[in-house]
Amino acid sequence: MTEISLNIDGENVTAEEGTTILQACGGKSGDIPTLCYGDTITPKNACRLCMVEVEGSRTLVPACSRPVEPDMVVKTRSDRVDHARKMVLEFLGSSVDLSLTENVTEWNAEYGADPERYGDAAATVTQPVKVDNDLYVRDYSKCILCYQCVDACGEQWQNSFVIEIAGRGFESHVSTENDVALTDSACVYCGNCIQVCPTGALIPTSEYEMRAAGTWDEDAQETTNTICAFCGVGCGLTLHVQDNTIVKVTSPEDNAITHGNLCIKGRFGFTHVQDGRTIPPTADPEAHP
Amino acid sequence: MDLKTRGVPATDEERAAIELVLGPAPARDMHDARGGHEFRSRRHLLLPTLNAVNDRVGWISQQAIDHIAERLDASPAEIYGVATFYALFATEARPPRQVHVCVDLACRAFGGVTEADLPADAHPSPCLGMCEQAPAMLVIDSGNPAQRVAIGGITADQIGAATSGDRIEPPTRSPAEFVPQAGDPDLVLLRRAGSGDPLDIEAYVEDGGLAALAQAIDFGPAKIIAAVEASGLLGRGGAAFPTARKWEAVRTQETMPHHLVCNADESEPGTFKDRTLMENDPFALLESMIIAAIATGCQYGWIYLRGEYPSVEATLTSAIETFRRSGLLGPQKGFDITLVRGAGAYICGEETAIFNSIEGYRGEPRNKPPFPFEVGLFGQPTVVNNVETMMNIPSIMLGRTESNRRLFCLSGAVVNPGVYEVELGLTLAELIDMAGGLRDGSQLQAVLLGGAAGRFVGPDSLDLVLTHEATRDAGLSLGSGVVMVLDQTVDLVDQVRRIAAFFRDESCGQCVPCRVGTVRQEEVIERLASGIRDGQLELLEDIGKAMTDASICGLGQTAHGAIESAIVTLGVFGDD
Repeated sequence: MTEISLNIDGENVTAEEGTTILQACGGKSGDIPTLCYGDTITPKNACRLCMVEVEGSRTLVPACSRPVEPDMVVKTRSDRVDHARKMVLEFLGSSVDLSLTENVTEWNAEYGADPERYGDAAATVTQPVKVDNDLYVRDYSKCILCYQCVDACGEQWQNSFVIEIAGRGFESHVSTENDVALTDSACVYCGNCIQVCPTGALIPTSEYEMRAAGTWDEDAQETTNTICAFCGVGCGLTLHVQDNTIVKVTSPEDNAITHGNLCIKGRFGFTHVQDGRTIPPTADPEAHP
Repeated sequence: MDLKTRGVPATDEERAAIELVLGPAPARDMHDARGGHEFRSRRHLLLPTLNAVNDRVGWISQQAIDHIAERLDASPAEIYGVATFYALFATEARPPRQVHVCVDLACRAFGGVTEADLPADAHPSPCLGMCEQAPAMLVIDSGNPAQRVAIGGITADQIGAATSGDRIEPPTRSPAEFVPQAGDPDLVLLRRAGSGDPLDIEAYVEDGGLAALAQAIDFGPAKIIAAVEASGLLGRGGAAFPTARKWEAVRTQETMPHHLVCNADESEPGTFKDRTLMENDPFALLESMIIAAIATGCQYGWIYLRGEYPSVEATLTSAIETFRRSGLLGPQKGFDITLVRGAGAYICGEETAIFNSIEGYRGEPRNKPPFPFEVGLFGQPTVVNNVETMMNIPSIMLGRTESNRRLFCLSGAVVNPGVYEVELGLTLAELIDMAGGLRDGSQLQAVLLGGAAGRFVGPDSLDLVLTHEATRDAGLSLGSGVVMVLDQTVDLVDQVRRIAAFFRDESCGQCVPCRVGTVRQEEVIERLASGIRDGQLELLEDIGKAMTDASICGLGQTAHGAIESAIVTLGVFGDD
């Protein structure tokens, strides 16, 4: 690997050829905000929140996708950068429900974003929640169109291609073919789309129902890493436990084998752990010869 | 991938349309492992297949989507995502007659057609590229064969007749009718306009056609590119990139094959020069492409034509056939040209969105870098040139040393609207004079330069010299050569509202600054138009700056320019 030297915010740094500006910033400039960037998906650079200034470039460039070049001069903060970030936060904040998106309140404060200034009449993507199966719900009022679920379902992970972006412009939305219910689609309920969703537009039914009932309490939850016991692959699981009950299962994204991906059994097959066997085994030899 | 379809067979009509493009379905039984890569490698046939179904049936049903999915081994969701991207497709049943009436800048200002004037079942359409004949409509009758007719100079009665299903006669006008300079011996790009049947190959050869190709073969790639470089030819699609540099970059790529894409997706409101060129001299475009292919080592040529140009489609299809029959094109020649018809999407004229569209994906722009010369169509080195750029090539091969001629699309309040070929260096006033000057009783209010992605200038800019350098220094651009002359009768606020609506409609929706920014921009414009001022101009400036600075592609980056100029230069909304 060739090392490249570049200048970020006045400091000379080195980075491996082929890495992105965001990666080159490493923990150092951890303050580049991102929304559509996920650790396990090649970024689509659709949200444009991570924009930075690169000397010689007419427009701002997305730090998540632009590879470093020798002698590049990068500014991760400037008036132009801050303005773009503020506007992206306002555009999303005024059109999408970001109540379950991490960091948004802090970023709004930091960049002076005021999503309220577009008024009550501003167009939004508000729509009814899609509940068409027992395992997860799709609340597209919270969707920022980061493309991660589409890529996770498609060629980057699951190869199921159940969902795609349909429509165009502000009408663009994540959809199955002809908007059929998931139960009529090729969905295998791996839930890898839930894993990558940064805004809570896709959440397990267990979480959705607890939130609706007002019993979801993340502060009261403990997480425990373990190994899935269903088959011999040995996928890593993270059990989210509240009141001694598993309320959700995710998967560690830094797992070198599974990268946060699971199958339906690992992600959703946890109820047997706590339900026990509600019907005791029978001792009647005639019932089970 | 496990395909899941509904098992509802496509109708006979749908199947026939699909097989017109994909051929008969191979016989498969449950244990047949055929498919996979063999099917998926034909993904680039998706757009032609969707066009075929939409042409024949009028819309694209779920069972048609399922059937196409099975034939291409792609998921139905992907097919649906592509089908819903294009404005000329529908995924709900609709009548066989579809009427698209242009309500864009020239047609609303000079044809008196706005959304409010249309019958309920007519579609308001973005610019149909017939501004010199405003107003215009595109009438599509699905069937076998479908009839697709674009008509200019229409009346409200004709629109009414079209929507009520009356028979529509294709116009019989000659392609040179709106080339006011036709026959002028000094013309280079439009030299054959008005010289008889543009599809008569013998007349073309007699008229000096193919001489440039012979010269180019003699030159070889290095000398061709040197001649283009010496001529100083810049791209005519809007970005004005040096053509020779593009060609040299592709020529030296080791990855094979190379692709040559001719961008004929002319959709910039106010632009109709490429249509005029293709209608009047289709052979010259093909000859230019063959020369470009020799220079850049391209094996595959593509012409991506916007879906709203049915007469050009017929002309080019016939011209390509003639060239094939004459042995000038075809696999045995090492270079062939495929005509791809778009389906209503301005964004597909963007040089990387055009790749996605041709490959059978949603026409969303790609991230740059990597640039097309390295990673382009099908991930291979690709040259993308606009039609007018290409049309400069033959004369350069034959000794023209300076690429100083270019086309301007004059529309609006001039006596003779049309395409004008001029030597660079004219002033705006001189150009308007060439078009016969202003109409009787017209006083100049403003000129839109470069289309919706360009900028307005006021009457004080009449001395502007129309060169790349002078316009750049003035913060303007020649863009695609639009010169829309607006007189005192034109409601500039209405023009600004339309531009805002245009970009909102045409944004692909991929990036936030453009997807939401174009909506917020339109909302502010509507508030300003209704008299609300309070801080709105400041908000609009904020929105514009973010779109310009942070959008992925040129669409979002230019979506605020014309509006900004209308406010700052023309003062359409007064001061804050």
